[in-house]
Amino acid sequence: MQRREPEDLYKALATATCRAMQEAVIYLPADVKRVIAKAAATETNPVASGEYENITKNIAAAEHLGVPLCQDTGVPVVYLTLPQDVPFSPVLFDAVAEGIRQATVRVPLRPNVVDPLSRHNSGDNTGNGMPAVHVRPGKRFLVTVLPKGAGAENVSRIVMLLPSQKEQIEEVVVQTMLIAEGRPCPPVILGVGIGGTFDSAPALAKEALLLPVDYMDAFEQKLCDAVNQLGIGPMGLGGTTTALAVKVKIAACHTASLPVAVNVQCWANRHATVEVNW
Amino acid sequence: MLGKPACNRRGELVKEMIIQLTTPLGDEILDLRAGDRVELSGRIYTARDEAHLRMKAEGIPFDPKGAVIYHCGPVIKDEKIIAAGPTTSARMNTLTGFILDNGVRALIGKGGMNSTVREQLRGRGVYFAFTGGCAALAASHMTLKGEHFPDLGMAEAVWIIELDHLPLVVGIDANGNDLFEKVMKHASREAQKRE
Repeated sequence: MQRREPEDLYKALATATCRAMQEAVIYLPADVKRVIAKAAATETNPVASGEYENITKNIAAAEHLGVPLCQDTGVPVVYLTLPQDVPFSPVLFDAVAEGIRQATVRVPLRPNVVDPLSRHNSGDNTGNGMPAVHVRPGKRFLVTVLPKGAGAENVSRIVMLLPSQKEQIEEVVVQTMLIAEGRPCPPVILGVGIGGTFDSAPALAKEALLLPVDYMDAFEQKLCDAVNQLGIGPMGLGGTTTALAVKVKIAACHTASLPVAVNVQCWANRHATVEVNW
Repeated sequence: MLGKPACNRRGELVKEMIIQLTTPLGDEILDLRAGDRVELSGRIYTARDEAHLRMKAEGIPFDPKGAVIYHCGPVIKDEKIIAAGPTTSARMNTLTGFILDNGVRALIGKGGMNSTVREQLRGRGVYFAFTGGCAALAASHMTLKGEHFPDLGMAEAVWIIELDHLPLVVGIDANGNDLFEKVMKHASREAQKRE
């Protein structure tokens, strides 16, 4: 059997992370492009139609020029799936950070990562706890990158409902968008995490953004319709579609709790997955 | 210049006028109405939170008369604009008064601004909305001309940019009409109906 060194793992994962980041900030996933095209086709408000015109041209310009869709190239949120033969070690985290540093120079990405209090910018999109790396077991060695912009992240919410308040889940979702107004660059995609704990519900909400957005079950569709009733429209300028999709992820929770988290995502629901060849 | 056909409120196809403007701006902007589509050409200046604070403390490093401020922290590489979409303008709500007092005629950003800025714009300036996230499209309408306050870093520095027909919407006009406010009033009424 071929002996594989930690340095090989480091190089392979760093390269894959850089590639995933590059892909994520330039090319929108096909399902996201489909829901945007559908919203553009059904819009009747002329101002909103103008916004879709810009969005559609922008997606094409980014692809054509090979440059980021949005100047807010976000902070790096990274998901790793590890098959049994990949050793869990600090090498994984170092390699992901290296991939982000490489992407910052190569793509380029805007250096967004700062110390929360001194506001000192590291200049390379890494820092204490950043990139945020989530590791889970899987059949294939994959790195998924979700660059998260601040406009939408800043209006995301967690509400600790009580078990008797199940009916208020829809209200939490609608209120989140009402409070957000045009700030998160609608039309948005809402990731909703229900259950878990105070810390895991928002993590679920963020992971929900990775689900295919061109399909919604009846519950997700009901939440989406309720949000679209608000008429906030693209960029808060008014229109038929405020949310392109609502995606829900659920986890078991305490019998006395009902955490509900809403992670707001702008129309540019950027993420990309690359297999690590190791 | 005529835009492509769009639908009006009654669903009829109309040919919408796109208004052409060039900086420096003058009294022509007083005739704009919230919801008008505009293409802007000429020189503009980016400024976010830190640049506003610096300009307030040390003065405006360019001629503000008729100038346009763009709420934007671009990505620049090899002295070229790579990506330059708008940032959330509301962060500059408390930092905009002195800019307008000095003769700046228009702001470009996303998400709109508060009632204080709406009143400060009355009779003298407008707020243009540019589509959030459309940084590649914006860059394709821009040429980089220079920089002020480079020590503030890429996102916060003042970049001097020459625009070529950037497509905008009038979000707040000089008569106090505010498209964002109108939309949010409607949204609040819809939300109240749910209770």
